[in-house]
Amino acid sequence: MAVEMKRRLLTTSKAVAEGIAQEMERDPAVFVMGEDVGVYGGIFGATEGLLARFGPERIMDTPISETGFIGAATGAALSGMRPIAELMFIDFFGVCMDQIYNHMAKIHYESGGNVRVPVVITTAIGGGYSDGAQHSQTLYGTFAHLPGLKIVVPSTPYDAKGLMIAAIRDDNPVLYMFHKGVMGLGWMTPNPRATGEVPEEPYTVPIGKADIKRPGRDLTVVTVSLMVHRALDAAEELAAEGIEAEVLDLRSIVPLDREAIVESVRRTRRLLVVDEDYRSFGMTGEVITSVVEGAFDYLDAPPARLALPDVPIPYARPLEQYVLPSRERIVAAARDLVAGR
Amino acid sequence: MTPARGAADPSPLARKRARKRPGPDWLRAYERMLKIRLFEDRVNDLYQRGRMPGLAHLSSGEEAVAVGVCLGLRDDDYITSTHRGHGHCLAKGAAVDRMFAELLGKAAGYCGGKGGSMHIADQERGNLGANAIVGGSMGIATGAALSSKQRGTDQVAVCFFGDGALGQGLLYEVMNMAALWRLPVLYVCENNLYGEYTPGTETIAGEALARPRAFGIPAAEVDGQDVRAVHAATGEAIDRARAGGGPSFLWCNTYRYSGHHVGDVDRAYYRERDEERLWREERDPLALARAWLIGDGLTTPATLDQVHAAVTVEVDAGVAFALEADYPDPSKVDADVYA
Ligand SMILES: Cc1ncc(C[n+]2csc(CCOP(=O)(O)OP(=O)(O)O)c2C)c(N)n1
Ligand SMILES: [Mg+2]
Repeated sequence: MAVEMKRRLLTTSKAVAEGIAQEMERDPAVFVMGEDVGVYGGIFGATEGLLARFGPERIMDTPISETGFIGAATGAALSGMRPIAELMFIDFFGVCMDQIYNHMAKIHYESGGNVRVPVVITTAIGGGYSDGAQHSQTLYGTFAHLPGLKIVVPSTPYDAKGLMIAAIRDDNPVLYMFHKGVMGLGWMTPNPRATGEVPEEPYTVPIGKADIKRPGRDLTVVTVSLMVHRALDAAEELAAEGIEAEVLDLRSIVPLDREAIVESVRRTRRLLVVDEDYRSFGMTGEVITSVVEGAFDYLDAPPARLALPDVPIPYARPLEQYVLPSRERIVAAARDLVAGR
Repeated sequence: MTPARGAADPSPLARKRARKRPGPDWLRAYERMLKIRLFEDRVNDLYQRGRMPGLAHLSSGEEAVAVGVCLGLRDDDYITSTHRGHGHCLAKGAAVDRMFAELLGKAAGYCGGKGGSMHIADQERGNLGANAIVGGSMGIATGAALSSKQRGTDQVAVCFFGDGALGQGLLYEVMNMAALWRLPVLYVCENNLYGEYTPGTETIAGEALARPRAFGIPAAEVDGQDVRAVHAATGEAIDRARAGGGPSFLWCNTYRYSGHHVGDVDRAYYRERDEERLWREERDPLALARAWLIGDGLTTPATLDQVHAAVTVEVDAGVAFALEADYPDPSKVDADVYA
């Protein structure tokens, strides 16, 4: 008699918390530091339930001292621990960037490989809910520019758990960026794609491997995080018109899976990059460059991109919606690309 | 810069001015506090009815700090504010209608809808801006004080921040410089006992007031629910600053009545309902002011009722204005990135 496999559905935030909990159980060196990660469970739920299970010695609420506790995470990692430090919103990087990029990111290289810095910085990214210019950015491009940090940007509950476990086990500093819109939180706009099947046992998703979330033949849409959801919505609409879009979820920005990008575009011959980060000097430029370098002769059309115009994110809803890539805009850009417009 | 220039000895003019400062208009202070309370009530109402985007941080319960401090300021004095900044903005004299318009993201708002609740700035009234980064405005206020000194004016700068901001290293950098250079800046900490969902007892080591004192900055603990006490402490600090005596620090004990933001409704897991009730019922800055205003014969219940009616009309009109106002045109989205 066949065993009925029980499908277990989790939101992304629960999947993240489960990944952390399982690693904490496996490895006593893993601990969490951050603002309101304890009783509150992290304001985006990434550490929900962990205080009750592991106690305040391992789930540590910190003062609002990002420079201090992120610096301390580096020191703890250099001396045998595997800290997870939560920077509540990526926008707050400004108050602690020296600790991240001059220290955490460079020490391994500076030491000639002598010392390792196994830190995970978890942080919330993204806008779309009128939180203003200091609470809505994604900024992965800013960090990707700096050598020494790995950057993980999951879009599904399954990937979120596997990438979290991989990040904790990685011997490098990993910036683990979750979009508030993919976490499946009750108080955000409902998003059915923020809930999905997640195996109960621990598993890893390799950092640096992109994933085809929907195969297609007419164009490749390269994107990450919440924009994967938007691209999948757009692909459904395009399919109804006979346009088959392939949606390639990078899952991590550093390392960037250039091979997967090039392979896909060689098949589809058209590239659209969708990004919630600022347009210039960022992910879109890097992905397009990879394609120009690796699939130039295969292209049937100039690569296209949708990204935030280079403006701070405005508060007013119509202005914010105007700057964010959307399903409609992805559909329109894909149509143009396929029609050779 | 050199710390010397005219630092130690207050100018005779400033000393004279300080002596001649007229008594405050307490009825006006009451009116300002009430305006903040009714404003915040309407913000909450707009949010609950889905008419307001974002997650505003209300300052109900903390009115006496904002008003008590700003009462002693001139229009050309500076303030910097926080994520919980509506009260500071109104206390400094901002118009209710343009504030509501900003909160609703309308073009008529103080920042044309681009800033929102956490970024309102009102240059005309010396409000250099709210700030969504905890402690983010400490450098800005200190720099405004540096500018007053360099330009040879007697303007002062007030830096509002919360108890949670004591965790930010920036505070200790700027207090050190302000003390070295005797800058006319007043650091006002609104100690409402919590930073988000964590009590200050878990995040602040030692004596908070010992921190400014370590830099030689005069520091005082103030009952932040008593607008008179706040005003008196501020007056001293401002006189000292205008007279070239350098920075001061006020630690104002107060309480936020509602959640960390409008969405924080169930709070029992991090603070006792009894604690909330106690502050509301026994330490309410408006009720306290009402009692002594009437008790001391400074006003009558009828006059206060008139004030209430007038402020209600003003706030209602402000909401109506904002609801009807136009959104900014998306074509304006890339204006204002550069000057
Ligand atoms: C640098 C930084 N870290 C964290 C936050 C998130 N945050 C916003 S308000 C807040 C609590 C601030 O507490 P406090 O300074 O006491 O002000 P209150 O909200 O109590 O008025 C936190 C942690 C932030 N905005 N900026
Ligand atoms: Mg506080």
